[in-house]
Amino acid sequence: MLKILKYSFYDLMRSRWSYVYFIFYLILGFVLLFLNNDVNKAVITLMNIIIVLTPLIGTIFGVMYYYNSREFTELLLAQPINRKKIFMGQYLGISISLTLSLVLGLGIPFLLYGLLKSAAIFNFSLLLIVGAFLNFIFVALSYNIALSTENKIKGFGYAILMWLFLAVIYDGIFLISLVIFNDYPLDKFSLIATMLNPIDLSRILILLKLDISALLGYTGAVFRKFFGTGFGMLVSMSILIFWVIIPVFRINQKLKKKDF
Amino acid sequence: MHTKILLFFLFITFTISAKQIEVCSNCTIKTIKEAIEIAEDGDEIYLKKGIYKENNIIINKSISLIGEEGAVIDGEDAGGIIIFEADNFTIRNLKIINVGMSYTIDYAAIKVIKATNFTIEDCILENVFFGLLIEKSKKGIIRNNSISGTRKSEASSGNGIHIWDGSEMEVYNNELYGLRDGIYFEFVKKSVVFENTSRENIRYGLHFMFSNNNIYHHNIFRNNGAGVAVMFSKFITMHNNIFELNWGSASYGLLLKEIYDAEIYDNLFQENTIGINGEGCTRINYTNNTFLRNGWAIKIAGACYTNIFVNNDFMHNSLDLSYNTKIHDNKFDNNYWSEYTGYDLDNDGIGDVPYRPVKLFSYVVNQTPEALVLLRSLFVDIINFSEKVSPVFTPDNLMDSNPLMKKNNDSI
Repeated sequence: MLKILKYSFYDLMRSRWSYVYFIFYLILGFVLLFLNNDVNKAVITLMNIIIVLTPLIGTIFGVMYYYNSREFTELLLAQPINRKKIFMGQYLGISISLTLSLVLGLGIPFLLYGLLKSAAIFNFSLLLIVGAFLNFIFVALSYNIALSTENKIKGFGYAILMWLFLAVIYDGIFLISLVIFNDYPLDKFSLIATMLNPIDLSRILILLKLDISALLGYTGAVFRKFFGTGFGMLVSMSILIFWVIIPVFRINQKLKKKDF
Repeated sequence: MHTKILLFFLFITFTISAKQIEVCSNCTIKTIKEAIEIAEDGDEIYLKKGIYKENNIIINKSISLIGEEGAVIDGEDAGGIIIFEADNFTIRNLKIINVGMSYTIDYAAIKVIKATNFTIEDCILENVFFGLLIEKSKKGIIRNNSISGTRKSEASSGNGIHIWDGSEMEVYNNELYGLRDGIYFEFVKKSVVFENTSRENIRYGLHFMFSNNNIYHHNIFRNNGAGVAVMFSKFITMHNNIFELNWGSASYGLLLKEIYDAEIYDNLFQENTIGINGEGCTRINYTNNTFLRNGWAIKIAGACYTNIFVNNDFMHNSLDLSYNTKIHDNKFDNNYWSEYTGYDLDNDGIGDVPYRPVKLFSYVVNQTPEALVLLRSLFVDIINFSEKVSPVFTPDNLMDSNPLMKKNNDSI
C-alpha cells in the first residue's frame, strides 16, 4: 500500500495542478496578510475561503484522479496486489498531497508574518486541521461517487451536485426549516443539523472560536455549552473522523463487489 | 449679593475658628465618633494611621474628614459606615473597607443625605455593598476614588456611585469595578461624568435613569456584564467614551431606551456583542463614532425616529445593522462601511453606489434568532447578494447614499 501511496503521491506532486493549488494558497495567504496585516482578521477571511473551496477542490480532484488513472489502476489490478491496498493508496495519496498544498501554501506566509508570536496561532491551527479534514472527507466522498458511476460525465455531475448540496442547498433547507418551525424550540434541531454536515460543522467550530459565540444569544447558550467545552470539541472532532471513516469504509465495501 | 456676603462670613468663620482634631489609637481622642461629638462646623478631623473598627458613623456637622496615609475604617461587614447629613463637607484620602450587605437596607461606605457643596476625593473603598450613596444632594464633586466590590450576584451587590435625586454633580477620574452598576444616576440633572474607568461590573458600567441634561465623556467602560445603559432620559451628551469587550449573550456597548435629543459623538465601540442597542430613541445624532469588530454594530428596535448617523466608521462587524421594522425614518449618510463593495469613478472619496447596511440575513436573524448559526455560510452570502441587488424584505429606502471610501478616524 505504501508503494502505491508513494506512487500516487509523487505522481500528484509532479502534476501541474498540485502546484497551481499550492501557489494559489500561497498567494492568497500573502495577499491577505499584506492587505490587512492582522493575522486574526485574515483567519476569518481564510475561513470563508477554506470551507467553500477545500471541499470543492477535494471533490473535483478525487473524481478527476480516479477517472484519469483508470487505465493504470486496471493494470495494477491485474497484478497480485490486494484491491483494497491499491485504492487506499490512491485515496491517501490524493488527500495527503492536497492537504500538504493547503498547509504549506497557507502556513508559509503566515509563519513569515509572525504567526508564532500572535495569539491567533490556535485559531489558525484549528483552521488547518479543519481544512485537512475537509480534504479527506470530500476526496473519500468523490471516490465513492466515481466508483459507483462508470460514466465520466455523470460522475462529475454527481460529484459537483454533492458539493453543491452540502455547501449551499443544505444550508438553504436548514434556514427554511428554521423559519418555518419558528414557533418550536429549535436549538437542539440546529445543533444536530449542524453536526450532520461536515461543512457546517467546520464552519461552526471555527466561528465559535472567532466571532459568533456571544452573538448567538440564548439560542447560542446551547451551542456554546456544547462546542465550547472539551467534550463538544471531542464530539465534533469524532464526527469529522466519522465523516472520513464511513465513506472510506463504503469504498472498501464497494470494491469487494465491483467488477472492473 | 446676599449670598456673597454670607459666603464671605462663612469663610471668615471657617478660617478663624476651624480647628483640627486628631484621632489615633494613642491620642486623647481614640474613635471617630468621639471626635465628631466634640467637633463644630468647619473643623477638620484628621485620622492618623491605623485601623478604626467603626460603623454607622452619623455626621451632621459641616466638617472635613481627612485621613493620613494608612488610615483605614473597617466596617466589619456590619452595615453602613459613614452617613453625612450636612452641607459643605469634605472627605479625603480615606480607605474604607467591608460594608455590610442587606437585602432590605442600602448600606453604603459613604452615604450622603440632603447635602450641598461637598467633595469626596482620593478615597479607596473596598469590598463595599454600595460605595457612595448620595441622596437629594447637589453640587458635589466626586473625584479620584477607587471603589470596588467582590459580590457575585446582582441581587446581593450594590452600586459604586449611586446618586438619587441630585443635580450639578461632577464625577471624574474614579475607578469602579466588581460592583453591580459602576455609576448609577437616577433623577440627576446637569451633571458631568468624565475620565472614569468602569469595568468588570456585574450589570452596567454606567446606568442613567430619568436623568436629563447630563454629559459623560472620556470614560472607559470595559467588560461589564451588560455594558452601559441610558434609559428614559433627555438631552444627554456622550462623547469620546470607549465601550469595549462587553461580550456576552445579553450584552451591549450602549443601550439606549426611551432617549430623546441626545448627542453621541467620537466614541469607540469595540468588540461588543451589540455596539448600540436602541429602543424608542428619537432625535439622536450619531457622529464620528467608530464601530470596530462588534457582533452587531447597531441594533434598532421599534419606535426610533430621526436618528441621524453621519461620518461614522463601521469596521469588520459581523452584522452592521439590524432593523426590525419596515418603517424607516432614520438617516444614514457619509459613513464608512468596511463591507462596502462599490466604486468611486469620479474619485471624490464618496462611493457612486449607495450602500445598504441591512442585509437580508440580519432581517432573517431578527425573525428567527436561531438562524444565526448559518452566519458566514455560502448560502447566506448568496441570499444577501440577491437581496442587495433587488431589495424585497429590507426597507428599500434604508441606505447610505454617500458612503465614504476611506474611514474617518485613522486612530485605529
